[in-house]
Amino acid sequence: MSAVGPRRVAAAPEEARAGARAAAGWTAAVARRAASWGGRIAPPATLFVALLAAWEWAVRAFGVPAYILPAPSRIAGVLIADRALLLGDAAVTLEEVLVGFAVAFVVGIVLALAIFSSRTIERAVYPLVIASQTIPVFAIAPLLIVWFGYGMASKVAMAALIVFFPIVVNTVDGLRAADEDLVNLLRILGADRRRILFTIRVPAALPFVFSGVRIAVATSVIGAVIGEWVGATQGLGFAMIHANAQLHIDRVFAAIVYLSVMALALFGTVSGVEWVALPWRRAERAVRR
Amino acid sequence: MHAKLEVEGVVKRFPAAEGAGAGGGSVEALAGVSLHVEEREFVTLLGPSGCGKSTLCNIVAGLYSADEGAVRLDGAPLDGTRGRVAYMQQKDLLLPWRTVLRNATLGLEVQGVRGPAARAEALELLRTFGLDGFERAYPSALSGGMRQRVALVRTLLCRREMLVLDEPFGALDALTRSAMQDYLLRLRGEFRRTVLFITHDVEEAVLLSDRIYVLTGRPGRVRATMPVAVPRPRRPVDEGVVRLKAEILDLLRAEPAGVSG
Repeated sequence: MSAVGPRRVAAAPEEARAGARAAAGWTAAVARRAASWGGRIAPPATLFVALLAAWEWAVRAFGVPAYILPAPSRIAGVLIADRALLLGDAAVTLEEVLVGFAVAFVVGIVLALAIFSSRTIERAVYPLVIASQTIPVFAIAPLLIVWFGYGMASKVAMAALIVFFPIVVNTVDGLRAADEDLVNLLRILGADRRRILFTIRVPAALPFVFSGVRIAVATSVIGAVIGEWVGATQGLGFAMIHANAQLHIDRVFAAIVYLSVMALALFGTVSGVEWVALPWRRAERAVRR
Repeated sequence: MHAKLEVEGVVKRFPAAEGAGAGGGSVEALAGVSLHVEEREFVTLLGPSGCGKSTLCNIVAGLYSADEGAVRLDGAPLDGTRGRVAYMQQKDLLLPWRTVLRNATLGLEVQGVRGPAARAEALELLRTFGLDGFERAYPSALSGGMRQRVALVRTLLCRREMLVLDEPFGALDALTRSAMQDYLLRLRGEFRRTVLFITHDVEEAVLLSDRIYVLTGRPGRVRATMPVAVPRPRRPVDEGVVRLKAEILDLLRAEPAGVSG
């Protein structure tokens, strides 16, 4: 039961605490993030360098020929020497990935909204979307080449097909995850369905969409490369097949390095966009810390 | 002349939960509740948990409609129409992705009021409720009492004369709660609102209300209506407060259904 005590004072300590938390603003958040990054990056970086060193040592010690397994130092040399060629191929692959991603993103979001808004569409379409995942996308790569040709379109289609599923599923899950009490609050305020969608459901879905996109964007690179393996005239996948045939294994590895860096950069970009777009998630994490 | 809010013989049944006792396909939550709230009156519904208080609130707020009976606001039927009363619940229901300021203006926004005027009005109210400096914070950075005050500002900013407050401080600790009660009294005083307040805290009811309806346990019925004649400002130790508290507790204890109060 409430006490007689001094009322206004009662709320003071908890407010001071909350005040300190709120005051930890943007710069502090960046500094904290940088510090925690340093701590998190050091261990895997050390291990990575150690693995490279072991590889280098093993290749030299056992005299492994470069057409079987080139040493990291040799791959590094190719990375630099062939950079003009490889960067040109990387640009092609990146374009395929980005266009494929953009197409899948737009179509995926629209379809997710449709599935969410209509029971009929959900019942008809959603099972098919999920069942379609049993078809190995890589297996239909040759068909895509037949349908869309050796140019960019077939690779864009590959990347898009791979990206599409995680985006649709995560967005649908996110739209359903909205707190029904918040939805009811909006109803009581007199809001219509459209406003509830944009005020509650879409913002609640965004963290889910971002986690779908983060998975999708890294795997979309795989899609583009497979497309290039099956039939292409340029791109990193094409460069790999070409170098492989000529036993330029060091160049195959160099292409792999470019692909990894590309996937990492895409992943990082998505995380960065999320960091800027969802400041409230940062605030929540800061409180939990 | 109509009362601000009239509730007449409201009955509400819910489909029985599966596995519950056989027989009747529905559970009665409200069994003919009648009450009224006059213009600028602070009326409290007091009753044991499960007496249908929240059901009644949801009906007045328009979330669902009554099975029987009528609810009228300013003489006009309120049958499932939403947005005519401002409603605040035990959960603060702040949108985690919006700042304090943008949470506060939510009601205005739904009514199509945007821009600097809406913001200025919200900032003014946030200051009144001791939230200045937190306009740009996210709800996760606030304490429970502060979050509930933001919810109160949002409710006020719906610009409705009739406020329905369903155990708004139920989740707060006793000290924070008594500070919040001071804020509530200002709704009636300087903001000139009509308030229908729900609580199961007898002392809170006596300290705040002009009049108290005591409800029975499930299904909910009005057991008694008690005017609170104690002059304001009231303190928990005032003789009138203590006496009325005892009287209401007796009433609740006399409850035959054996529901704890």
